[in-house]
Amino acid sequence: MSEYTAKDYKKGQPRWCPGCGDHFFLASLHKAMAEIGVAPHDIAVISGIGCSSRLPHYMATYGMNTIHGRAAAIATGCKVSNPKLSVWQISGDGDGLAIGGNHFIHANRRNIDLKMILLNNRIYGLTKGQYSPTSPRGFVSKSSPYGTVEDPFRPAELCFGARGHFFARAVATDAPGTIEVLKAAHAHKGAAVCEILQNCVIFNNGTHESVYTSEGRKKNAIYLEHGKPMIFGENNEFGLMQDGFNIKVVKLGENGVTEKDLLVHDAHCQDNTLQLKLAMMEGPDFPIALGVIRDVEAPTYDEAVNAQIEEVKAAKKYHNFAELLETNDIWEVK
Amino acid sequence: MANDVKIENLDQVAVRFSGDSGDGMQLAGNIFSTISATVGNSISTFPDYPADIRAPQGSLTGVSGFQVHIGAEKVYTPGDLCDVLVAMNAAALKTQYKYAKPNATIIIDTDSFQKGDLEKAQFATEDPLAEMGIDKDRVIACSITQMVKDCLADSGMDVKSILKCRNMFALGLVCYLFDRDLNIAFNFLKEKFAKKPGVAEANIKVIQAGYDFGANTHSSAANVYRIETKSKEPGRYMDITGNKATAYGLIAAAEKAGLRLYLGSYPITPATDVLHELSKHKSLGVTTVQCEDEIAGCASALGASFAGALAATSTSGPGICLKSEAMNLAVIMELPLVVIDVQRGGPATGLPTKSEQTDLLQVLFGRNGETPMPVIAATSPTDCFDSAYAACKMALEHMTPVVFMSDAYIANGSGAFKLPNLADYPAINPPYVPEEMKGTWTPYMRNSEDVRYWAVPGREGFTHILGGLEKDSKTGAISTNPENHDLMCRLRQSKIDKIPVPDVKVEGDADDADLLIVGFGGTYGHLHAAMDEMRAAGKKVALAHFTYINPLPKNTAAVLKKYKKVVVAEQNLGQFAAFLRMKVDGFVPAQYNEVKGQPFVVSELVEAFNKLISK
Repeated sequence: MSEYTAKDYKKGQPRWCPGCGDHFFLASLHKAMAEIGVAPHDIAVISGIGCSSRLPHYMATYGMNTIHGRAAAIATGCKVSNPKLSVWQISGDGDGLAIGGNHFIHANRRNIDLKMILLNNRIYGLTKGQYSPTSPRGFVSKSSPYGTVEDPFRPAELCFGARGHFFARAVATDAPGTIEVLKAAHAHKGAAVCEILQNCVIFNNGTHESVYTSEGRKKNAIYLEHGKPMIFGENNEFGLMQDGFNIKVVKLGENGVTEKDLLVHDAHCQDNTLQLKLAMMEGPDFPIALGVIRDVEAPTYDEAVNAQIEEVKAAKKYHNFAELLETNDIWEVK
Repeated sequence: MANDVKIENLDQVAVRFSGDSGDGMQLAGNIFSTISATVGNSISTFPDYPADIRAPQGSLTGVSGFQVHIGAEKVYTPGDLCDVLVAMNAAALKTQYKYAKPNATIIIDTDSFQKGDLEKAQFATEDPLAEMGIDKDRVIACSITQMVKDCLADSGMDVKSILKCRNMFALGLVCYLFDRDLNIAFNFLKEKFAKKPGVAEANIKVIQAGYDFGANTHSSAANVYRIETKSKEPGRYMDITGNKATAYGLIAAAEKAGLRLYLGSYPITPATDVLHELSKHKSLGVTTVQCEDEIAGCASALGASFAGALAATSTSGPGICLKSEAMNLAVIMELPLVVIDVQRGGPATGLPTKSEQTDLLQVLFGRNGETPMPVIAATSPTDCFDSAYAACKMALEHMTPVVFMSDAYIANGSGAFKLPNLADYPAINPPYVPEEMKGTWTPYMRNSEDVRYWAVPGREGFTHILGGLEKDSKTGAISTNPENHDLMCRLRQSKIDKIPVPDVKVEGDADDADLLIVGFGGTYGHLHAAMDEMRAAGKKVALAHFTYINPLPKNTAAVLKKYKKVVVAEQNLGQFAAFLRMKVDGFVPAQYNEVKGQPFVVSELVEAFNKLISK
């Protein structure tokens, strides 16, 4: 049992709009932190700029609310130089995937032990309503009055493309689902991307409507659990099966399909092909995948950097500045 | 040496090794400077790289040079023009002859002056010497390629490997001309190629052959030079480039402060050697992260600083443009950070391998908001050590980003470095928040020097948030209060203004100079040499050379206003002069500006300064 409660991680009065997904997520984060039980003074929460990047102000931990897009880079230096800290990076879809896209992919590629929270409301809220890199094609916003003419990023695809080893998804209003995902991210050693689907009541209301209520999730989402067959639906009547190179939705009992025919989730599978297919599913033909989609062990950058330092320390004969000087060609003037 | 050789005793002499960028001229020059330093001569070196990595062999753009200046007494620069020019091919002679004195000895490899070579070097005739007006009596023309092939015929080496030894033949010949002890070169090569004894042996054989060739054919040599060692501070020395000295300064400061050293960087000419050097020294606990871009280099360093490291980022001017947002964040978060700017020619990609002082106003002012930032400019390759150490100390003790500036010229150039004793260097005491402030402490509480305290994550009772939004001076909470913002801007400014820096020294005729020369950073050697030359000719001249640019030394105004005539000489169009005019009321200096990407030429400085005096 953890010696902490959610209150120990709470600070201040959030100033997001009433109904904003950030409120829901913050409450779940406080609870998850309490369950995880790392001392508040051993945690650094680092954000960029945007509505969601205000979050560290409401955490009773060490924190930085930095500059637009750079949270992952700043968190990288923090974790590598002080590996005993638990480092959480908070970004929105603009902060993390537009201006910070380069740092997002490289933090994943290097596999730095960062808990990378991506609060995805598919809109720029703080600048009052411009389309973001996750807004769907044709999206009408203040900066795209005739609809966008570009395709969005799918965060999972970007994470996998960057050789990410952990990807999970939750809906902000789903506290148990969010807490599970955050705990799994903490337990995973390495870069752990958690995409949190959340609503912006002011500028993009209803963006994740199909899964924003528990009734909606029953119909339109599937909770993936490692080792469990893929069953979903209001009455658990549907399942997912492999169909050649694709995944298909089947109805249990129809055409002789039984639970045994269904795909069993393997979050630990090195090959990410099926995990990506699951992450890319969307309505109305497919359920939206929630939970831990990929969770594969791999060497982390911060551990490797520090292990290499220890190896070289053992191998080299100089360990302070005075000894370093002696490794040079030296002459004496008398 | 034979009696009929004309031996010239000189106080100083400059040798320029030049050839194709693959000809190993840097190594030959490096060994020659080491030999000279070992016997006690003062040295100053300057490598002149081509911008292209692999220009076509024998082409004019592929020529690489390395100038070594050695002196019986202190030499301040690599020398304007050389006394001996080694030209390993026709293109080298064509491009490098302009750096030779009118009576210089020229060494050429005749095998690389064949018809094709001459065409590539764009000679119009088959007699390049005549075409360039070079007196043949000054030329040592030898068949270096063929002699090296003969020398290593039985070595079992392939032709390509054999040809790589040509530089050593030239080195041997130069060693003969300067009466140098070859054993020092032999030892150098044995160590350098410790894992490849065959290569060491071949190189040694070729150096000896070059030396013997010189001895056997001395009649063709115009001069043999001898540089005595006169005054020299006793001690143990090593040869060090500015970039290496910079890296050493950071390592020394981290050790003194008891902190882990973190460098976030991205490769960029001419700063990359700082990253290379620090990456080697993991046994000292140095952490280097080669980031995805310049932005992340600086941002990750700031993250490391927050987490309690001595954090630095290294770059050149174009990188500063990208780092400026995180530098600015460091200003408002008031975290220590050392930003290393090894200046090169700009704007944009500009002249990547050449040297300028054109980043000064950028590092002083190139950010949004009121963002005062200390700037320290190193004056020579060896001074990079002291200046980098000072930059670290200032950053850590005053909780501020500090810009350490050098330039391509001092970063790549080298000098004899007296091994420092860390015990002689001042202690570094960061303002860690005292334990007794637990419960009452807020992040922007300040000590008497207006410096806020440092609470490193992991300490219980001091959790806090920093960020890019303005904070209340008392509570540390986000604040848009107009009075508070005004106060915070003033506090951040006064924190920098209160940093103590040493007075600027006035060298030369400090009491009665007719002309005060003012400079900063990497031009020290040339300005000093110009002053020496003018004083030797009876002129009254002084030099005030600045290392501390922001804050300026307290005696700045008094020094600048003391002299009737003042000239600010810099390798830009007047950035330091503009800054001084802004800081010192009524200061109207003359200016000497040059933006050629090359070091100043002492004789040109002297001519211009003499004109100013007689005006």
